[in-house]
Amino acid sequence: MNQRKYDVIVIGGGHNGLVCAAFLARAGRSVLVVEAADRLGGAARNDEIAPGYTASACAHILHLLHPRVRSALKLQHHGLKLAVRQMPTVALAEDGNHLTLDGTRISGALSNDEDARSWPRLHKRLLRMSRVLHSFLGRTQPRLGTKSWSDRIALARLGLSLRLLGKTDMREFLRIVNMNAADLLDEELTNEQLKGVLAFDSVLGANFGPRSPGSVLTWMYRLTGEANGSNDGLAIPVGGMGAVAAALATSAKSFGVQIQTATPVKRIIVENDYAVAVELESGDILRARAVVSSADPKTTLLNLLGSEYLDTGFLRKVKRIRSNGLAARLNLALDGLPEFTGLDHAALGGRLVIAPDIGYVERAFDHSKYGEYSSQPAIEITIPTLHDSSLAPQGGHILCAVVQYTPYNLDGGWEAQREAFADHVVAIIERYAPGLNAHIVARQILTPLDIEREFGITGGHWHHGDLAIDQMLMLRPVPGWAQYQMPLRGLYLCGAGSHPGGGVMGAAGMNAAKRVHTDLKREN
Amino acid sequence: MTVDAKTIYETLLLKSPFHPRIEPLNQANEWTRWAGYTTADCFTDLTTEYFAIRHAATLFDVSPMVKYRIAGVDAERFMNRLLTRDIRNLRPGRVVYAVWCDDNGMTLDDGTVFRFSETEFRLCAQEHHLAWLQDTAEGYQVTIEDVSEAVAGLALQGPLSCAVLKVLGLAGIAGLKPFAMAEFDFAGVSLTVSRTGFTGDLGYELWIDSARALVLWDALMAAGEIHRLIPIGSQALNLARIEAGFIQTNTDFMAADHAVRPDRPRSPFELGLDRLVDLDKGHFVGRRALLREKQNGSRYRLVGLDIDGNKPAHDTLIYYGKARQVGLVTSAMWSPTVKRNIALATLEAPWADREDGLWAEIYVNRELQWEKTAARCRIVSRPFFDPPRRRATPAPDY
Repeated sequence: MNQRKYDVIVIGGGHNGLVCAAFLARAGRSVLVVEAADRLGGAARNDEIAPGYTASACAHILHLLHPRVRSALKLQHHGLKLAVRQMPTVALAEDGNHLTLDGTRISGALSNDEDARSWPRLHKRLLRMSRVLHSFLGRTQPRLGTKSWSDRIALARLGLSLRLLGKTDMREFLRIVNMNAADLLDEELTNEQLKGVLAFDSVLGANFGPRSPGSVLTWMYRLTGEANGSNDGLAIPVGGMGAVAAALATSAKSFGVQIQTATPVKRIIVENDYAVAVELESGDILRARAVVSSADPKTTLLNLLGSEYLDTGFLRKVKRIRSNGLAARLNLALDGLPEFTGLDHAALGGRLVIAPDIGYVERAFDHSKYGEYSSQPAIEITIPTLHDSSLAPQGGHILCAVVQYTPYNLDGGWEAQREAFADHVVAIIERYAPGLNAHIVARQILTPLDIEREFGITGGHWHHGDLAIDQMLMLRPVPGWAQYQMPLRGLYLCGAGSHPGGGVMGAAGMNAAKRVHTDLKREN
Repeated sequence: MTVDAKTIYETLLLKSPFHPRIEPLNQANEWTRWAGYTTADCFTDLTTEYFAIRHAATLFDVSPMVKYRIAGVDAERFMNRLLTRDIRNLRPGRVVYAVWCDDNGMTLDDGTVFRFSETEFRLCAQEHHLAWLQDTAEGYQVTIEDVSEAVAGLALQGPLSCAVLKVLGLAGIAGLKPFAMAEFDFAGVSLTVSRTGFTGDLGYELWIDSARALVLWDALMAAGEIHRLIPIGSQALNLARIEAGFIQTNTDFMAADHAVRPDRPRSPFELGLDRLVDLDKGHFVGRRALLREKQNGSRYRLVGLDIDGNKPAHDTLIYYGKARQVGLVTSAMWSPTVKRNIALATLEAPWADREDGLWAEIYVNRELQWEKTAARCRIVSRPFFDPPRRRATPAPDY
């Protein structure tokens, strides 16, 4: 029992935990992954929401997966297939006059020539800047104010890559980086529908609205998914997001990773200021040379480790992480294909967005500031069964929706209002898809509170903490500790709460693995 | 004392519970601010007050001291997490000197810790730390209460201090050991007396409910009459504390959370307080940084200096070989008691164990003209003045 069987124990079998484990095993480490739930994937797993209906429980669109994760872990070889890639985005209009964004091509009744020229230009410019950001996603962030050459070089590289944008782009980058997306969109574009859907993209998953400073940066962050060279755009994997987790698990096992599900961790055991083991809820103690947690920073540090091992200043920083989610998930099991006014079958297979103009998104945000859910929420919808019929019984369909803004702390509490909220969201979607309600066989609603409970993410934020300029890059998860190792030796973070954040990207897990491996090598 | 919210803008400094007695006694009318309070800087004459500390008995109002009550089942664990020393060794009824640090192992403050029971402590500090204490208590079952206003304090210091307390009628007071405390019934309330102080002499600190502060003052002044007990101001106390070798936050080192310049904070090692740091007791705030410092070496060292001549080396730069600047004096005086020119200084670490070669550059104002002199100085151990009566138990009677 007390023997050290593994080099590394990874807490949590979400995608980042599996990526980290796989990379470590690939480098020759013996790794055990312990997952609390009875199946892998974390927020990238599937749920059966009704007999025969399988839905991606949380993440439903794959667009950020880091190319190095995909190639190094041979995910295609291990079964990852895309049911659809480069999905167009449809900005829904209640009257059926939709606007479609396919790459940078705009089509639809209300589009105009001016925007048709301006948007590709703006898009291209943002992509150039996003490419700079992207080059930092797959790297451990430098520490500031140290004398270490690797830190200085990494910082110099950041400065250089910005400078290499050229005078015009660098100046523009510095101008817009902390701007709000609404102002930038107003500068460049005219069509309200187009601006609405782009404003939505700029704040998807964020704790602020398109008129909040910094929303341009989060938009660029999102665009790294297009800037990463994979060319897949917005994609849905065959078998739902759970298939990504399955491919990662297969890959990890092929490198020798051992995985135990239904194995919740009770606490991290510390000896001589070193994280040496985890104690399971079952009482078993598993020892390792390093403990790596893919759980969010607050769960890992406050619940599993405990404040007694943390210095007060650090503890303050951890407690201050803004980790309350503002996005809810709704999954509908349908007995037939819903009809959206003005959308043909092909267009229905795209990503459908309810965000008719910037003001709509901003007003949706306003409610959340005061503990209310949006009376008119901004919503992102996919119908994955159009690309992968295996997810539902014959003739049946799944509708996945991300509903923004949905506060974690709802006035009056979620218990009394969860169903009313779900009804409300369905009613909003029904405005665009009359008759939807009649098709519903079952539904799954996950408020941020439910996401917290289901997936063990403090605050239910899919990024494990807001992605905003003060919680990004070398400030993530907290300033001074962006290198995955925690103040306590032997303890590391590898989840979305670390740089570069969430979305099914895997870069946090990959970067952390490198760090752990290097540290273990140094100890040998 | 509570402050009326409407008049707080005109109440720039608070008044201590003893103020009604102190105010008429302050013939010199010299006041200074301390922790947000008006305090007497000097009552009559600095020389008289200083010599009373060393030769008779003195009363100094320590009520402005910041005081926290820390209680709960986790109080001991909490204190051990906060402080750099192992507080588990502190028995109820005992007092100890301690420092606490931030994450970087830099000293936030120093103070005294009173242990009333297994589950109750009092922390007396120079600066305010409530937010820091509360954030440090995350996950601990402990309540932290600022009792600065509720508890009034008087330091009764000097060779005759025990004699005064005997007259006051505190039974068995002579048997109280240094850093011990005892409870007495006094005027219907509880009076806590600890054998502690800031003078390095025989002395006591008396703690009482603020509402009964004046009763205590009057009784002490009456009891002390035959021993020529006098109140003293902070100037006289400061001289005594330098002789005792005690450092003062924001005088001899910057509180880490007050410092703006990144190289100003000092670790306990750099303050020469190694004995207050227990790196083996388990985790405490700042431990990892202090461990690193222990391994990599400190930048500075606070030392006591004995300087040639009799000109106090106020704010003096210390040179090695008269050329290389290696440190700075933070407190200095001519000590009438030990007849030496003494100082507390911070030196860059490599120079802090030199046998010789250190020079103080002293500026003396002689009738409006500054004259620079170089005086040889030697690093000496502290305290500069350490009379046996300070530790003798039973306390000597005179």
